[in-house]
Amino acid sequence: MKPGIAFTLAACFVAATTVFALPPRVGALELPKTVVAGNAFSVSTEGSGEAVLYIVGPGQVLRRKVQLGEEVLFHAGEVHNAGHYSVFLVGPSSTQSSEFEVTSTDQASTLSFLAKPSRLPVDVHDGISGVVYVLDAFRNLITQPTAASFELSGLGGAAQTRSAPTRNGVAWIELDSAAKAGNAQFLVHVDKVSEKRIVQEVPGDPCTLRMSARQSDGRIELETDPLRDCRGNTVSDGTIVTFTERYDGGETTVDVPLKRGVARTTVPAHDGSVISAATGVVMGNEIRWRSQR
Amino acid sequence: MTGGRILAVTIVAVTVLVVILGTAFPVPSVLALAGAEVGSLRTPSSPQAAVDNLVQEINRRDWSDAYDQLANKNEFTELDFVRDLNGAYFSLRSYASLDSFDLHLLHASADEAQVRLNLRWSSVVGTFEDARDLQVTRAGNQWQVAWPIVKEPRVPPQVIPVNYLRWDVIYRGAGDDWGEQDVESPHVRIVDMHPVDRGGGVVLLGELLNEDVVPAFVAMKATLLSKNGSAIATEDAFDKISHILLPKQVTPFRIDFPAVRLSQVDSIRMNPSSSLVAASADPVIEIADQKLDGLPEPSLTGKLVNQSGQIVNITHVLGTFYNSGGQLVWVSDGYANRALLPQTPISFTLQVPADLSSQVSSYRVVASPYSSTRFQ
Repeated sequence: MKPGIAFTLAACFVAATTVFALPPRVGALELPKTVVAGNAFSVSTEGSGEAVLYIVGPGQVLRRKVQLGEEVLFHAGEVHNAGHYSVFLVGPSSTQSSEFEVTSTDQASTLSFLAKPSRLPVDVHDGISGVVYVLDAFRNLITQPTAASFELSGLGGAAQTRSAPTRNGVAWIELDSAAKAGNAQFLVHVDKVSEKRIVQEVPGDPCTLRMSARQSDGRIELETDPLRDCRGNTVSDGTIVTFTERYDGGETTVDVPLKRGVARTTVPAHDGSVISAATGVVMGNEIRWRSQR
Repeated sequence: MTGGRILAVTIVAVTVLVVILGTAFPVPSVLALAGAEVGSLRTPSSPQAAVDNLVQEINRRDWSDAYDQLANKNEFTELDFVRDLNGAYFSLRSYASLDSFDLHLLHASADEAQVRLNLRWSSVVGTFEDARDLQVTRAGNQWQVAWPIVKEPRVPPQVIPVNYLRWDVIYRGAGDDWGEQDVESPHVRIVDMHPVDRGGGVVLLGELLNEDVVPAFVAMKATLLSKNGSAIATEDAFDKISHILLPKQVTPFRIDFPAVRLSQVDSIRMNPSSSLVAASADPVIEIADQKLDGLPEPSLTGKLVNQSGQIVNITHVLGTFYNSGGQLVWVSDGYANRALLPQTPISFTLQVPADLSSQVSSYRVVASPYSSTRFQ
């Protein structure tokens, strides 16, 4: 017998014995193509005997022993992470596989709201940005377009309201800061869910700086008028005002923080000295000191 | 014998000779600062020997023996003497140690002499000098030093009302959602910066402004980049900057890059950082009588006056020097080595490099106070 014929016969014999010795095969899997996160669903199997069903998805793996030919039920909440899932039914001799998608619910439950910055000067055009991520009860991003409503309300003036639809689960807007300083509430609503942030709208640079001087116990007492920005807001306490006194061959400087909107200090009295004040890039008036004898 | 062996033998021989000479004839001041025992004190048979002995006692912080040596101890108490050298309140002096000293005979006769003593103290922020002119008088066979006491003023017990302004910060919690809002870092801006080639290295001079309404803790780092974009060196301003900036306050900064030539540098990457800090608006420091002294030792002198009721333990003074065009030409700093008591002036001196003094047309001085009770 030629070697080629002998090899063919041997292969046929092995194949025939393998086929007739196998137990019943695992049948086809039947399951929905998409499942809403957290909803119950079932997987149908065919065949007979025992097998193990694996469901592998984002951040989740489920394993069930199943009786082939029966329907496997997954209860509400068992599969809750949105994404692509793979299903494997592993029997004693063969494996069937399939796939399905878990989608987020369309009911917003949580909002991740980023409001930036948390502190900015008044009267800044498009200075405040709000970005909202709409999530369902299982913290899946709801990718279906959803209307988000933003509202910025401060101490004075009308609230700014703007709506924006979500794109791939995200909606964003830009708003102006108000003219009046204070803490503004920045709200976002999606369906019945809302989230709040506080945006501190702070006074801008001083608009004018004016000081007065008077003699006091051999020194000169200097005091600024209440400092306001160009919108009339009182400049923040702690802002440094630098008083400078220049006299023959010398100079005295004092950096004084505003307290209750006013900076106050004393400098040595030098006849003929010139006193000035400045804060940031704003210069104040100058005073030429003459001793009051 | 090879040349190498001859050299080795010569080095060993010279070393042995130097050790023998140093042991047999030690320099008294070095011996004292090396912590030699009391037995090494010389008989004060000359003005210099008397001053030497006194400095040794001071170095050992043997206040009682030092005080006992003094010719004028009836004029002040031992506590006054200790406070003169150590400071009455916690300050740089409190933990400073004597680094070195030198003395010069200014005038001498048979019975009295005047000696200038320069004490160089070493502290955590560098050395500071304390110069005293000592009157030394002869009493029998020995000489005694009259200590020129500087009585540090004591603040009389009183209540000073202060409208206290401070900021406290509450940050977001560790378990908060990632979208949860956090407090914003203060906004700071570099308002001036330029590099200069100086002393075999590159020096970056500049100014930083806190343009926010909250206090900021600031630091400044810079990286010099070569033409191919690689980093040549990275340094930070360390203490050549005022680290706490109140709203709208400006600090100068200076960053030194030793052993880098400006010609090697193509660009500079500045990295200012700022973070919120619990801070206080007080105390307010008046910088009075500022004067620029010219050559031969150009310097800016003045007096620091604490206008608040709180004692300032350490005061850091930073000077910014500009030319007639308003361009920054130098940044210099110094520390007051005594505590700054309310309404009690203390002098300060900021050195200006001699070659730059002719360029200096104006200047600005800022003082950063540090109090041990600041946040209490």
